[in-house]
Amino acid sequence: MKYVNTSIRKKDAIQLVTGQPVYTEDIAPKNCLVVKLLKSPYANAIIKSIDTSIAEKVPGVVKIVTYKDVSQKRFTLAGQTYPEASPCDRLLLDKHLRYVGDNVAIVAGENEKAVLKALKLIKVEYEVLTPILDPKEAKDNEILIHPEESWFAQCPVGADNKRNLVASGCDEDGDVDRIMSECDVVIERTYKTKAVQQAMMETFRTYTEMDNYGRLKVVSSTQIPFHVRRIVANALGIEKSKVRVVKPRIGGGFGAKQSAISEIYPAIITYLTGRPAMIIFTREESQTISSPRHAMEVTVKIGADKDGRIRVCDMYALSNSGAYGEHGPTTVGLTGHKSMALYSKMEAFRFKYDVVYTNVMSAGAYRGYGATQGIFALESCIDELAEILKIDPIKLRFQNMTREGMLMPAYYGETANACALDRCLEKAKEMSNWDKYYPAKDMGNGKIRAMGAALAMQSSSISNIDIGGMTLKLGDGGFYNMIVGCTDMGTGCDTILAQMVADILDTEIDNISTFGVDTDVSPYDSGSYASSTTYLTGRAAIKCANLMREKIVEVGSGILEKEASECEFDGKFVFESENVENKVSLADIVTKAQSSPVGQLMVTVSEQSTVSPPPFMAGVVEIELDKETGVVEIINFSACVDCGTVINPNLARVQAEGGIVQGIGMALSEDVVYSKEGRDYSNSFMEYKIPSRLDMGEISVEFESSYEPTGPFGAKSIGEIVINTPSPAICNAIYNAVGVRIRELPATPVKIVEGILEKENM
Amino acid sequence: MVVSFKLNGIKREAIVEADTTLYKLLRELGCYSVKCGCETTNCGLCTVIVNNKSVLSCAVLALDVDGAEIETLEGLESEALEFGLCMADEGSEQCGFCNTGFIVNVVMMMRELDEIDRESVKKYLAGNLCRCTGYQGQLRALEKFIERKRGIKI
Repeated sequence: MKYVNTSIRKKDAIQLVTGQPVYTEDIAPKNCLVVKLLKSPYANAIIKSIDTSIAEKVPGVVKIVTYKDVSQKRFTLAGQTYPEASPCDRLLLDKHLRYVGDNVAIVAGENEKAVLKALKLIKVEYEVLTPILDPKEAKDNEILIHPEESWFAQCPVGADNKRNLVASGCDEDGDVDRIMSECDVVIERTYKTKAVQQAMMETFRTYTEMDNYGRLKVVSSTQIPFHVRRIVANALGIEKSKVRVVKPRIGGGFGAKQSAISEIYPAIITYLTGRPAMIIFTREESQTISSPRHAMEVTVKIGADKDGRIRVCDMYALSNSGAYGEHGPTTVGLTGHKSMALYSKMEAFRFKYDVVYTNVMSAGAYRGYGATQGIFALESCIDELAEILKIDPIKLRFQNMTREGMLMPAYYGETANACALDRCLEKAKEMSNWDKYYPAKDMGNGKIRAMGAALAMQSSSISNIDIGGMTLKLGDGGFYNMIVGCTDMGTGCDTILAQMVADILDTEIDNISTFGVDTDVSPYDSGSYASSTTYLTGRAAIKCANLMREKIVEVGSGILEKEASECEFDGKFVFESENVENKVSLADIVTKAQSSPVGQLMVTVSEQSTVSPPPFMAGVVEIELDKETGVVEIINFSACVDCGTVINPNLARVQAEGGIVQGIGMALSEDVVYSKEGRDYSNSFMEYKIPSRLDMGEISVEFESSYEPTGPFGAKSIGEIVINTPSPAICNAIYNAVGVRIRELPATPVKIVEGILEKENM
Repeated sequence: MVVSFKLNGIKREAIVEADTTLYKLLRELGCYSVKCGCETTNCGLCTVIVNNKSVLSCAVLALDVDGAEIETLEGLESEALEFGLCMADEGSEQCGFCNTGFIVNVVMMMRELDEIDRESVKKYLAGNLCRCTGYQGQLRALEKFIERKRGIKI
């Protein structure tokens, strides 16, 4: 292998570091109409009347759209394989407004000033209703977030709009209650996580235009071009054949762009006016009318024996989906299944959940997708259990963790065919100063050094649902077009897939031209989410490249007047195995093929997986906590990841480091705060503090590779798992430092000092 | 109102309104490397050089650059590319959206700081946010770049 497992530069690196115009806004036509949204000032209200007549007279205003102008069939913005598990609860514009920021009207005009002026001149009379802001009050409340009869759910996920339920259910294996009653120690704790924002640097944005054939072309910063095609068609009530979606380079996504947040607004303007239109979300809009993580309250009950054997786990998750149900039914599944499966030796588990509607911003997909919340709860609780059992928390984890070959009942009954979790924990501990500082050391200057650890897992694609696709075309002179439908959002999939293909076709990486994504051109791919691309589109790449090899040998051997079985291909020549001088070059094969009935050599592959092999990870943090101020400084974060074979070590490492720092933000500073009326205060980078380079200490990442037999070159995934260890590891370290257990994120200095004072007064 | 200035070495004139920001003007003039990430001067994406100082172009009025010399990534060429390639070699460009403002600020840092160490580098660049990389890969690129330019390990 020449390219797999090497750190080559990304295919698009030079374009990016030289600032070329490759993003949505950079390539939009100059004459795009400016599109902006009028937003609800109330968390729950009905539009009694709306008058746009004055606003329409503003010079430069071209179109104003209200709820009266849109299709009345409900749909979901969630980018998921059809039929989506998320309920169909949206209209493009609705008379019923369900959170502060919900869209009242769409205004398009020749310039920003005209549009902003028109927004102020739309007269709206609201009937203000009482909102539900607390998810604990949502289920079976007499106030209904979605009372409408047109609401419907396409999948049996326990959704019921008459109970404010987006989903509910229970999964279990074994006799939980009996085993719990037999345990020496039972611990039950409740943990809370917030609706943290992905905060990718490029906010949501889309431009739309009618293409040469009169079809609606949607150019968007999206992770899900094929789902966007369906969603836009649904929202506009038009045929899918009339929509084409193009993805240029994307300035980050992290799941945010796995919902069609911005596409439908310029789409309806272009559809109604025939003119190009563009919406650029401000940072404020990206913070307040977007698709953050589902805030959750997770109760964990663990039963164990005195010797440290964890026997049973019972978990309940209450997930807040907000005003709409995007990704609600699916995120919550991971909360239980992708946390408890870390400890597969246990004899029984139960996972109950309710996902509820409330009158806050709708949640969506965010890296980790529910597993992050579950792992924060479980990995915090494991440390709390270790304290009760008086067992070293790392030892307790070694004693109970999932190991290679084990059946994972909590993980849909799959077997851990590739699992280096034990080696990951050993390595992460060895990389850190665990032995020097665990549990804590007073540094004598008011500060305490302390250590904390956590484990994590995730998945690799959605088994039996999602599709990875690739087309390979052989071109003049012997180069390859590699056409994909998955979406490189900085993650590097356009490069790592080319690495795989180059190795199979024995060619140079520069001989492979990558293209993605245009729904008219690319083969169908569900999109880049659920940690699917390396694993699933990678599997498509392997198949596709092998089929291309076969074709090349078939055509080449024909030219040599031999059987295919008598010939080989070395990347440049097809030659006779027994007589290597009898050969034909790849360039000549193309020429012959393209001037004969054989035609162009082209292969398209769609690939699905029946399993979703989990990557594993261990994270160990060293913090310094100031006892006076409660400020936590990250000194080191040592992480070791088992993502199977590492296709590109540079890109995998940077993914891991980036996810860890996002996790540090979630643990320490990132918070979404609502007023009593449901207004989101966390509406800018002033209020919502993502880590800067002064907030992350030093991050060290190593890999302990397993070999996943179903993965491309043995690879699993890396994209999501990396955000999961910081929150529990840091909260475990805070406890080790000062004995304060933070069960609600973020672990702010105020909470820590309050905890210290409470302890002192006890 | 008309403002005249030098943009990447070339004399330019532009008609601007009183509230036009430098960010908006530069994009109108085709400097697409200049990005906007926050509108509240927190992210550093819109960093450009005005009269040999780093500024956030979203917080500078176009009127205020009358007579100024402005440099964006488009004009920095080899000075910026050398560091850009260090980032590419680490894979730390990731999505690329914050790269341009960051690289401009690194160029300015090299012009401005005579003495350089790990802490001063982190502090100088603290205003350049990145959501993809966790900064560590950028730091590796900086280590290699600074060693090459200054012969010191940070």
